[in-house]
Amino acid sequence: MAARNATLTAEAHDRRRLLMERSRPGRTGASLPASDVPEQPLPDASLLRDGLELPEVTEGEVVRYFTHLSQLNFSVDTHFYPLGSCTMKYNPRFNEAMAAVPGFASAHPAQPERQVQGAIEVMYRLQEYLREITGMAAASLAPLAGAQGELAGVLTIRAALDERGEGRRRKMLIPDTAHGTNPASAAMAGFYVVSIPSNAEGNIDLDALRKEADGELAGIMLTQPSTLGLFDRNAIEMCRIVHEAGGFVYGDGANMNALLGRVKLGHLGFDVVHLNLHKTFSTPHGGGGPGAGPICTNETLSPFLPGPVAIRRTLRGAQGEREAPMYGLELPPKSIGRIGGSAGNFGVLLRAFTYISLLGGQGMLDISGNAVLNANYLLVMLRELYDLPFDRRVMHEVVFSAKKRPGANALNVSKRLLDHGFHAPTMYFPLVVAEALMIEPTETESKETLDAFIEALTDIDAEAARDETFLANAPFDTPVSRLDETAAARHPQLRWRREG
Amino acid sequence: MPESPFVSPYIPNTDDDRASMLATIGVGSVEELFDDIPAEHRHPHLDIPAPRSEMDLRRELEALAERNFHAGAHPSFLGAGVYHHYCPAVVSPLVTRGEFLTSYTPYQPEVSQGTLQGTYEFQTLTAQLFGMEVSNAGMYDGASSLAEAALMACRITGRAKVAVVDTVNPHYAEVVRAYTGPQQIEVYAIAPDATELEPETACVLSQYPNFFGYVEDVAARSELAHRAGALHCVSCDPMAMAMFRAPGECGVDIATGEGQALGVPPSFGGPYVGIFTCRQEYLRQLPGRLVGRTVDTEGRTGYVLTLQPREQHIRREHATSNICTSTALIGLWAAAYTALMGKHGLPHVAGLCYQKAHYAAGRIAELPGYRLPIEGTFFQEFVVSCPKPAEEVSITLEEAGIIGGLDVSDRFENGMLLCVTEVNTKDEIDGLLNVLAGIK
Repeated sequence: MAARNATLTAEAHDRRRLLMERSRPGRTGASLPASDVPEQPLPDASLLRDGLELPEVTEGEVVRYFTHLSQLNFSVDTHFYPLGSCTMKYNPRFNEAMAAVPGFASAHPAQPERQVQGAIEVMYRLQEYLREITGMAAASLAPLAGAQGELAGVLTIRAALDERGEGRRRKMLIPDTAHGTNPASAAMAGFYVVSIPSNAEGNIDLDALRKEADGELAGIMLTQPSTLGLFDRNAIEMCRIVHEAGGFVYGDGANMNALLGRVKLGHLGFDVVHLNLHKTFSTPHGGGGPGAGPICTNETLSPFLPGPVAIRRTLRGAQGEREAPMYGLELPPKSIGRIGGSAGNFGVLLRAFTYISLLGGQGMLDISGNAVLNANYLLVMLRELYDLPFDRRVMHEVVFSAKKRPGANALNVSKRLLDHGFHAPTMYFPLVVAEALMIEPTETESKETLDAFIEALTDIDAEAARDETFLANAPFDTPVSRLDETAAARHPQLRWRREG
Repeated sequence: MPESPFVSPYIPNTDDDRASMLATIGVGSVEELFDDIPAEHRHPHLDIPAPRSEMDLRRELEALAERNFHAGAHPSFLGAGVYHHYCPAVVSPLVTRGEFLTSYTPYQPEVSQGTLQGTYEFQTLTAQLFGMEVSNAGMYDGASSLAEAALMACRITGRAKVAVVDTVNPHYAEVVRAYTGPQQIEVYAIAPDATELEPETACVLSQYPNFFGYVEDVAARSELAHRAGALHCVSCDPMAMAMFRAPGECGVDIATGEGQALGVPPSFGGPYVGIFTCRQEYLRQLPGRLVGRTVDTEGRTGYVLTLQPREQHIRREHATSNICTSTALIGLWAAAYTALMGKHGLPHVAGLCYQKAHYAAGRIAELPGYRLPIEGTFFQEFVVSCPKPAEEVSITLEEAGIIGGLDVSDRFENGMLLCVTEVNTKDEIDGLLNVLAGIK
């Protein structure tokens, strides 16, 4: 038995050798052309590179290595991935095909507007879609991820306050259930953060809010629905209180999958909202990006949007002059400026545009309806198994506490789920729930899959009931077992280095 | 033929499934699940067009794509921070395998070793390419990387002034301003030949080669910065680093870059990947994610996200940055490209860019009415002063089926920034020369 394990380990290790460990002098992975121009003199040798160390590997070896690596991953394509607040829905391949069309993939961001009308039109029409979905006056597609959208969004608030001569307003309120990017983005924008508690129903505590609604208030960042998966029923009153105190309301749209076509955040009083196209609009998560985090604003904040944004010109130059192209990219009048090298992650924007166009208005309602249905089904089916800290109907996700049974905490249940072929839920978040398991099924999972997931959790609970220590060593059937994170942090090895 | 009712191809629940699940939940309809939304705002009119078939939509999108005058169909001499390089056919199918494409941030390392080890390769290759000690897992793009470098330098030095050399990509300089302004950090411009910095400067930001394609004395500028107690942060073109001295050999403290040059399609501006490397001593001030090597309970090698107490999900408003989702997949793409090119291939490609660009520049300088206003060593880009305004030259080139360079007439009289890479054949370059020769 021991010998068999050793052989497997050695083989597995071998297949995971790093590129530099595979490198052999004389191998190459690329067939490259010779120069077809007369030879040009090189610059002084003192300017030139010496000792560039890169691998020498064949194409076949890279393919076998990367393919093996890919097979060590769980993914939406291979497994149910109920990672709360991440909206791990199916990623349609049609979107990928459209992003690879040469006319889009080869378009260069510095080309003059007249040469890239097709690309700018896609951006303009996506802006219109997102404005309509959020009920806002304007949109900017510039933010390159959700957190950058948050930063850009609170910067528009800051710019509007400064313009009013209210630079003293630097207090940003953030509910205790918020994602960590909210306070981090507020701090990057130069605000100080005050945490606001949730009440017993999981809504924002309005009394606590009123106490902070003073002359220093810049605004509040609220996730709707919240990371508890709950529609915050105090949102309208919250907006009224904050506005009366002279502040703005930022809406974190990470959980927009629940609300598509059901309510527009602009109607509730939100001033600026960001959307995660890699969550709600099905662009692939790529193991940690790329994403896109467009923001939508009301009339007051629109002049401050980051840019450039896509515009459609109705008046296109006087007679006799060269006509301006119909679609253009311009910085809004009082823009907070550029936040990336170009006008946005166009490839991601194009995928989201394709997705919304294909599904249409009816498709948006089908998304939110089935996502919320699936989450509430899980709530009802799992409520006997775990504590439900906020016992009410949920939106797109449900947060349980795994503290009920000794030996079955959030970590251990999550790890054991991996053995059952399910990715773990988001664990230990939001912070207000002890031993939190945050489960988001999305609309693209079937009832059969949900039932299998419920069965797995039931089995795991039975395992813990039989033996309190059993789950502590899970997972057992994954490519590696639990990893020593303490050692990794204590002696960081962050890259390959030649030995000796 | 009757119209077929729309059924989403991505949603498996049938009417029967929904009925059964609603019964389990104990509500009568899906709509009822949204009762928490105030009735007056529930189910607003949604003005989004009707669903489309894939075939129909493909037709429209392909037509839109063809409205772009693009480098897939025309020779292009446009660079300015985003470059056309040839990417081997193997990269896309390999990197966009579903297991890479559709996974997320590796929060569960036991089932994310592919993404984690791939990122570790990215960290290794970028650190080696830049000759720097450590690299993070990647940022959004080259511009935001440089802005984050400025913030990091301010944290390290406890100072709040940033000097930007005026040969840095103007868009990058704008992003630096957008990132630093809210933190009361003052940004000022210096000339490439500046010999002094303002007191209390946290860092100097340079570009290598600079925005106009030329190689500046990076080592001398590092000395200038260090004499003033400041750091030197340099945005580098990774392709050029296969040919020119690495920032790590020039005293650079934080070297960033736009990873797009490593075989990533221009895609009208993104997604790309920001490279972020630095000295080991600044490790704990790094923004973004880091992958580290460790062992599992059975002693097997494995990889994890590490040094996470720098990050927003632990430190919230005290984090080194707000960055969360970044561009892991594009990092993997850049790593695969770099590995395939390898130790000899990447310098070969860089050499081709250099040779072709110099051939083009030499021939253009011989044309009547044209000159190169900048002296010095350039890599694959150079500024040409044309006999006519650059905008007119660009239009004439377009009429001849050529994508011209960037208009830089705000800095050089009738200036056009031209870029030539390995994808441009001699025939294409000669075609460019012919059209330019006709402009007088």
